[in-house]
Amino acid sequence: MKVEEVPQDKGMIGDCGHEICYAIGDNGRYTLSPSLGWEAKNVVNDQAWAVIAEETRRMHQLVQSGTLSPIAYYQAKHQMDIGLLARYVDMAKWRVKRHRRPEVFRRLPERILQRYAAVFGVSPTELKTIPKTFSPELIRHR
Amino acid sequence: MDSFILFPHSQSAHCESGVTANLLRFHHVECSEALAFGIGEGLFFGYLPFIKINNLPLTTFRGSVGSIFGKVNKRLGVTVKRRKFRSETQAMDDLDAKLATGIPVGCQTGAYWLPYFPPAFRFHFNMHNLVVIGREGDEYLISDPVFEKVVRCKRDDLQRARFARGTLAPKGAMYYLEAVPQNPDMAAAARQGLIGVCKTMLRTPLPFLGVRGIHFLADRLEKWPKKLGEEEALLYLGQLIRMQEEIGTGGGGFRFMYAAFLQEAAELLGIGPLFQLSERMTLVGDIWRRFAVAGARMCKGRAKAGDTYGDLAEILRQCGASERAIYDDILELLQ
Repeated sequence: MKVEEVPQDKGMIGDCGHEICYAIGDNGRYTLSPSLGWEAKNVVNDQAWAVIAEETRRMHQLVQSGTLSPIAYYQAKHQMDIGLLARYVDMAKWRVKRHRRPEVFRRLPERILQRYAAVFGVSPTELKTIPKTFSPELIRHR
Repeated sequence: MDSFILFPHSQSAHCESGVTANLLRFHHVECSEALAFGIGEGLFFGYLPFIKINNLPLTTFRGSVGSIFGKVNKRLGVTVKRRKFRSETQAMDDLDAKLATGIPVGCQTGAYWLPYFPPAFRFHFNMHNLVVIGREGDEYLISDPVFEKVVRCKRDDLQRARFARGTLAPKGAMYYLEAVPQNPDMAAAARQGLIGVCKTMLRTPLPFLGVRGIHFLADRLEKWPKKLGEEEALLYLGQLIRMQEEIGTGGGGFRFMYAAFLQEAAELLGIGPLFQLSERMTLVGDIWRRFAVAGARMCKGRAKAGDTYGDLAEILRQCGASERAIYDDILELLQ
């Protein structure tokens, strides 16, 4: 890759500056060359985020239909599986699974709610609700 | 409590090689990122379908986490102090104490929790390295090698990132250089790095690692659409391209950075033919990029004639074959 071939396709990095590519300068020597991004990377990054958004949408629906507790929604939004969430709240997986059941969730004491809320960066009150409608805007990555 | 260390922050393509080079420069050892990458045997290939990340197979273009930093310091005779913590408070207090003595401290962090990261990069990825170089009240000054300038991060956020959970959890890991020799033998270290990479790429006796791994991936990739269905196959492909290009590789899955190292090594060792090998490595990087472009077109649903899984596999086989010849030639030159 020559310096003039270094792609400058804005996208993932947004306004956070640029990243470094290694490219060959005029004298045939490698130099560190700034890049604003590359369309090929934007495409696959978008693809990864679309998967996250779809999973969150699915969970949003299940929470709204009363099949799962709001924990499932926030968990998906934060790209976590049950195992990872369990590690973050320091509980066994089976407990987290149980807390995803609406009837169990409703009776959870404040101190347990607090642990989930802290991981998701919301207040315990917020944790009990989810947005009325799901829009991909909720999972915006750029 | 406030502290500020004058640190030679220089933006890099990759976090680990960048941190290594920047820390060495702070201790007056001139070392570029590419040189650190080469001495640390950064280049690698592995396709590990039995390890899944977000339900997608792991492909790696670099050695294991921490190995670049470890190998560079070992080969240059640098003493490193490395610690992990149980207590989060203790981890933050020890960081402060070290900063107060004027020593920059490297930390392993989870990228998901770093607020200064562009949102598009915020995944649960626990192997991000950065150097803390100061504190101002509630904020830390951080030399994050993939960023242009020194960034700031709240204490709570840094603490969270240092104690990210999940795969390869950092457990507050921090490290700093304790003793650095004045004039380490860069040439000898570069030679060791070169031989190491060639040997692992050529002779690792497992079919999914090294050059054989590239061909193994090609064979598997060809069968993805049949085995997984079109939709899942595209996810596999997308993940592969992300591993190759997104995770701070400097382009072409680190192949360009390695080509830059080969140029430096040619001068350090006084072996002219390494320049030609650098040129050939550049061509390999270009082929890897061609692979990413064709693959991304497919992910976007805009495949052109000549964009099929069979064609992609063929590109990979070209990469594999060219790389094998390069490593063979390097070994022949050095032995």
